[in-house]
Amino acid sequence: MTLLAFISAADCWVMAAGVLCNVACSLLGCYLVLRRMALLGDAISHAILPGLALAFIVTNSRSVLPMFCGALVVGVATTFLIQTLHQWGRVPEDSSMGVVFTSLFALGVLLITYVASSVDLDPGCVLYGDIGATPAFQLVIAGQEWPIPRQVAILLCVLMVDLAVILLIYKELKIVSFDPLLATTMGINATFVHYTLMILVAGTSVAAFESVGSILVVAMLIAPPAAAHLLTDRLPRMLAVSAIIAALSAIGGYMIAAYVVDTPPAAMMAVVAGCIFALSVFFAPKYGVISRRLDQTRLAVRIASEDILGMLYRWQESLQPTPLNVGTVLSAMRGGFLARIALRSLQRSGRIERFDSDVLRLTVQGQSEAKGLVRAHRLWESYLNKHFGLPLDHLHAPAERMEHFVTKAMQEQIAAEVQPTTDPHGREIPPIAEWKGTI
Amino acid sequence: MSDQLIRLLTLQDTNTRIALLGASLLGMAAGTIGVFIVLRRRALMGDALAHASLPGVWLAFAVVGERDFLGLMTGAAIAGALGVLCVTFIRAQTRIKEDAAIGIVLSVFFAIGLCASRIVQTYGGGNSAGLDGFILGKAASMLWEDVAAIGVVAVVVLLSILALYKELSLLCFDREFAASQGWPVVLLDLYLMLLLVLCTVIGLPAVGVVLMAALLIIPPAAARFWTTRLATMLVLSAAIGLFAAAMGTAASSLDAHLSTGPTIVLAAATCFIISMLFAPRRGMVADVLRRKRLSRRVGMQNLLRTVYEHLEQTHDAGRAWTRTIFRIDDLLATRSWSAGQARRQISRARHEGLLLVVGDEYQLTSTGLEAASRVVRTHRLWELFLVEQAAIAPDHVDRDADQIEHVLPASIITSLEGRLMELGRLTRSGDVPSSPHRLGESAV
Repeated sequence: MTLLAFISAADCWVMAAGVLCNVACSLLGCYLVLRRMALLGDAISHAILPGLALAFIVTNSRSVLPMFCGALVVGVATTFLIQTLHQWGRVPEDSSMGVVFTSLFALGVLLITYVASSVDLDPGCVLYGDIGATPAFQLVIAGQEWPIPRQVAILLCVLMVDLAVILLIYKELKIVSFDPLLATTMGINATFVHYTLMILVAGTSVAAFESVGSILVVAMLIAPPAAAHLLTDRLPRMLAVSAIIAALSAIGGYMIAAYVVDTPPAAMMAVVAGCIFALSVFFAPKYGVISRRLDQTRLAVRIASEDILGMLYRWQESLQPTPLNVGTVLSAMRGGFLARIALRSLQRSGRIERFDSDVLRLTVQGQSEAKGLVRAHRLWESYLNKHFGLPLDHLHAPAERMEHFVTKAMQEQIAAEVQPTTDPHGREIPPIAEWKGTI
Repeated sequence: MSDQLIRLLTLQDTNTRIALLGASLLGMAAGTIGVFIVLRRRALMGDALAHASLPGVWLAFAVVGERDFLGLMTGAAIAGALGVLCVTFIRAQTRIKEDAAIGIVLSVFFAIGLCASRIVQTYGGGNSAGLDGFILGKAASMLWEDVAAIGVVAVVVLLSILALYKELSLLCFDREFAASQGWPVVLLDLYLMLLLVLCTVIGLPAVGVVLMAALLIIPPAAARFWTTRLATMLVLSAAIGLFAAAMGTAASSLDAHLSTGPTIVLAAATCFIISMLFAPRRGMVADVLRRKRLSRRVGMQNLLRTVYEHLEQTHDAGRAWTRTIFRIDDLLATRSWSAGQARRQISRARHEGLLLVVGDEYQLTSTGLEAASRVVRTHRLWELFLVEQAAIAPDHVDRDADQIEHVLPASIITSLEGRLMELGRLTRSGDVPSSPHRLGESAV
């Protein structure tokens, strides 16, 4: 605690606002990302600006309700306009989005520039918000001041509403997100769900707008859910992970902005969210770029080593007078880095032995594994020959690819179905008893 | 105000002259390259590119130390290209889709730009005044050198498009075909991206990173309403871009604290709305009118056919069809019209001289009978054709014929008649054949 003693109450309130705002955005963002509508969130968060400005102009105050209504109407109208322009005007969808939200945003900036003198809001705030000012305005209800900043209270309400709606129509949202056609056939009103989501996005954007500005709302709507999408496969987990990332980027971003380098806190939060996304792009355990590369390499090495085992087995089976040496194997594998690694790993795991620094031979364990592979290969050839009527010289290549993936259970099925003792080329299929394969 | 307006219109201020010239060149270049961007469905990539160039501007400023146009533009171009690269990488290498990739790059790069701006302003020396204009655009802050650079880029863009017109249009309309013909489509795509980067970057001082994409998207989208030819679209889009940029710059020069970005975009949006509503063929007004005209024609033909079929079943042998009286209930019996719809249709037919109205009793005029025969003949010829040639059951053909009879051209009718006469289903050309199914049973 002593380490964190420098954090003031004001800091806490700002961070609370940041966390609430980011979590609210990121929960909705999950559905936007899954439905491939991320840019609709972008469009809405830009386009609510004229709604806000008009609400200012009409009511001449910053009271919450008119702002909310103005922005909601414009937000939903944006979705509608984009759709109409696309269908009626035959404008491509991306252009239609581009036309609608930039025009509305421009209109909003213009209106705000004109009313800026009378209201404490300026175009800069439109872009990156003013989260630092959160503790300056206390919540006032019926003339009484409450010990909680106005912005925090608003964001808390918004988050509650978002959560409540998501829980209420959780199943519908889920089905519509993953399979809109199925949803329709199940009698779920996809349009209703869509517009509910859009209303939530518009409402949340309005509330978040004051804290983080329009462009950074986009970061919070998209970056945490996208990162979570790389980290998990299940919707509930994705929602949770995305909320955690959003909260972390709020706290981390504010701390950096306040104590490390002087930057706009909201912008720094977006940068932190972006960094977390970048990290998950590379290091996510299942879908990260690096782990995918590693998996691919591992598979390639496995295939190469299995090919070498098979090669040695066939060599011994055909009773060749001279033993195989390293050079021959490598050149048969067309050389390369992978073949060398495969050879080394086979040696290290005791599947092959090396004599006189050059000659290769299968060990007992290697022998039994190689049998399994060759069995898979020849069973597959028999199966192809029987059921697909492929000519003899066309059987090897597909079997060469499949042998690495024919599981034991599949082998038994094929054996029961084809009941071969030799493969179509007349070579013996190694019997099952001796096989204790790795697959 | 009026004083300002006069100064503006007579181009008395050097600043205004520079800003107008720069903006016009920019609008023209952006409008032209935008056509390919919109056709290639890269509109939102342009948006990501524009936002992503912000950090480049500030980092370049931190490196160069002064507001050097070329330096800043180089920085912006590098950052923008990096942004596009990130989008491409995320899309190709992860399960994240393009839309989310664009959103992330756009917002995170922009946020980096905002942070960089604060850091440079706090720690860096130099005079960074005017750089804030890069967010929402400030054409008035442009210098002669800036305009010269914009001019050079505009010329490069226009010449490139002239030189590569055929290749680029092939790329936009049928990339696979272009690839199969051996065109270097990847290189062409890259070159298009390069032109886009150049165009975006020179637009930043006038329009700003937030709205630059609009100047690339809106003019082509507006031009698209007026034409179906690429060459015309290019010229129109360039003209709209030029007009919008000039108008927007002029409007913003009337008020010192107005950014040029929003005014230029609103000028372009106005052009877009006008095009969308009033373009002669693809515009919404023309579209509504066309639909209305079609539905009226269909309604009229349905009315005439209903009347004809009613008379066919009920008329006395000795009495001419034009003398036979019918009432509205007779028609409503076979059609799912409301009485109001039927009345409106009937009064329209009366105005066109197809029906006579006496109280609530109606008669066909001879023109009406002729028109009705033509409609029924088309309908039944098509029905016969379906029965004979498509082997569709007679009681299923009415609805099919109903959908197509209104749009069958005369030439098809003639050839239909010829075919059916060869088959012996018709005796004389020009006759109304009898219905292949019982009337009234499958009325729509």
